[in-house]
Amino acid sequence: MSGLEDLYREIILDHYRSPRNRGELPTPPAHRVEGYNPLCGDEVVLYLQVDDGMITDVRVGGQGCSISQSSASMMSAAVKGRSIAQARSLVRSFKSMMSIHEQRLDGGDAGAGSDGTTLEVEEAPEPVDPEAMGELAALQGVVKFPVRIKCATLSWNTLSQGLDELETGA
Amino acid sequence: MSAGDRFAAAGTAAPPRPLDPRALRADVPLLAPDRPGGRIVYLDSAASAQRPRVVVEAMDEYYSTTHANVHRGIYAIAEEATRRYEQARAAVGRLIGAPRPEREIVFTKNATEAINLVAYAWGRHELRRGDVVVLSEIEHHANFVPWLMLREEIGVELRYLRLGADYHLDLSDLDRLVDGARLVAVTCASNVLGTVVDLSPIVTSARRAGALVLADGAQLVPHRPLDVRALGVDFLAFTGHKMLGPTGIGMLWAREELLDAMPPFLGGGEMIRDVRLDGFTPTDIPWRFEAGTPPIAEAVGLEAAVRYLEGIGLERVREHEVALTAYAIERLEAVHGDRVKIFGPAPDPLRRSGVISFAVEGVHPHDVAQVLDTRNVCVRAGHHCAKPLMRRLGVSATTRASLYLYNDEEDVEALVDALGEVRRLFR
Ligand SMILES: Cc1ncc(COP(=O)(O)O)c(C=O)c1O
Repeated sequence: MSGLEDLYREIILDHYRSPRNRGELPTPPAHRVEGYNPLCGDEVVLYLQVDDGMITDVRVGGQGCSISQSSASMMSAAVKGRSIAQARSLVRSFKSMMSIHEQRLDGGDAGAGSDGTTLEVEEAPEPVDPEAMGELAALQGVVKFPVRIKCATLSWNTLSQGLDELETGA
Repeated sequence: MSAGDRFAAAGTAAPPRPLDPRALRADVPLLAPDRPGGRIVYLDSAASAQRPRVVVEAMDEYYSTTHANVHRGIYAIAEEATRRYEQARAAVGRLIGAPRPEREIVFTKNATEAINLVAYAWGRHELRRGDVVVLSEIEHHANFVPWLMLREEIGVELRYLRLGADYHLDLSDLDRLVDGARLVAVTCASNVLGTVVDLSPIVTSARRAGALVLADGAQLVPHRPLDVRALGVDFLAFTGHKMLGPTGIGMLWAREELLDAMPPFLGGGEMIRDVRLDGFTPTDIPWRFEAGTPPIAEAVGLEAAVRYLEGIGLERVREHEVALTAYAIERLEAVHGDRVKIFGPAPDPLRRSGVISFAVEGVHPHDVAQVLDTRNVCVRAGHHCAKPLMRRLGVSATTRASLYLYNDEEDVEALVDALGEVRRLFR
């Protein structure tokens, strides 16, 4: 029915109902970073514990729609135990998965959204193998619902920002 | 029933016949039952209404036969354009019982600009540091931000009427709040809760305190009869696109002597009597506040919308909406009461409008709206430009269904059904 099943895959609903890594970490030593989507009020608060370039622990707070919250939950599971470099590469893959599909959908330039939805991808998106994305591939159905892409990318942008802050010592 | 029949029915003394929403939907191209992709169940008129064909036709006809700039041309079509523009002003005035529309109605871009006009032209001129403006916590951002700006700029003090447990404004402390105030700026009806504000005690209290009253009529003027004289307010802001008119046109009604004392708002053409190298003289009201080429075709469309509403009769619109709102609330509670919470007052013929905000337990409003969209049920999800109210309710967003003259029980059933789909998906 109108791609609803594409949007609300069982695995997404599962992460929404039982979010992983929910909670807080003491700061310091953890780093706290907040992301906010002013359009719909979705809010993500990340706590990143990084030791020797490894993300040893992640906690997620905030509130919002099923897409933003399940994406944050999946993201936390995907980056926990990874290095910063691996996490950044995952962020890139995830964001290009979100934009490639939109380009295909619009049949052309995806960089035109006035709300900046697709302008977030700084580099030219590389093709992404959905197989390699694991569970995260479940979120690719979101690209058929352009207004919801921001919900899906919120926690990833927040993660990027957090990693930037950690690396520049901000 | 044709539009002609409905117009003919206006002004008769017979008790109002109930509306026929299906027949009204036939007047609205976007709500056609045979729309490719399925009939749209439009439950978002509080955001913007769907205009009947006559409105678009009037604008088309105007552009095809009459258009020229207003207030300047000597030639016939320019005179006719001016006449049509001013005639729209008269129609709007008639709708709200304005004693002298030709002086008291200012056309703006929307309700937001109408409120800003008061904040700039009256507020900046009249208010000093420490002067008090009273608002309510249920206002639309349009009636918050202009005053918050004056707070930053001039240092005016803002006080707030609070929401009571019954979703009506708590007026128990009214006199104390209003005491010493210069202005009370309050909505006629909440765009989130469906609360219709009882303005009369507010006006009485403001009068006693020597304060002026600005009423935000954006959510009331389209839905029930309103008379500015009976209401006793000083300013009334409202907007065309919520009352079946086009976008791009709104209105400020203000008492003549207030408007006359106000300095201009925007500067430019149309609003001046004379311009010299060393100064200017503004022109008369209401044109003093209409700098630049105004929304002429929009005014023509708006007049058609006003005539359409007059032809139907706003009292009938009110009765229809009151009955349908009671029906909708009863159905939502009966079928979904275990998981749906409504944020708003109980049905009431005078104190509740057809705006119904609700939460589905465990489902975010954006997800609710997304699922409803697959059934062509259009509702709004979000903060509805009322963030202070969202905070007060303790939510970040609500789902909002809003009813208008072309909605009926069938639309309510479509909503109730589609909510069943939401619940199945988000078990
Ligand atoms: C109560 C209220 N006031 C003001 C406005 C602003 O109307 P507009 O956007 O047409 O200026 C709205 C509508 O969004 C409203 O609901």
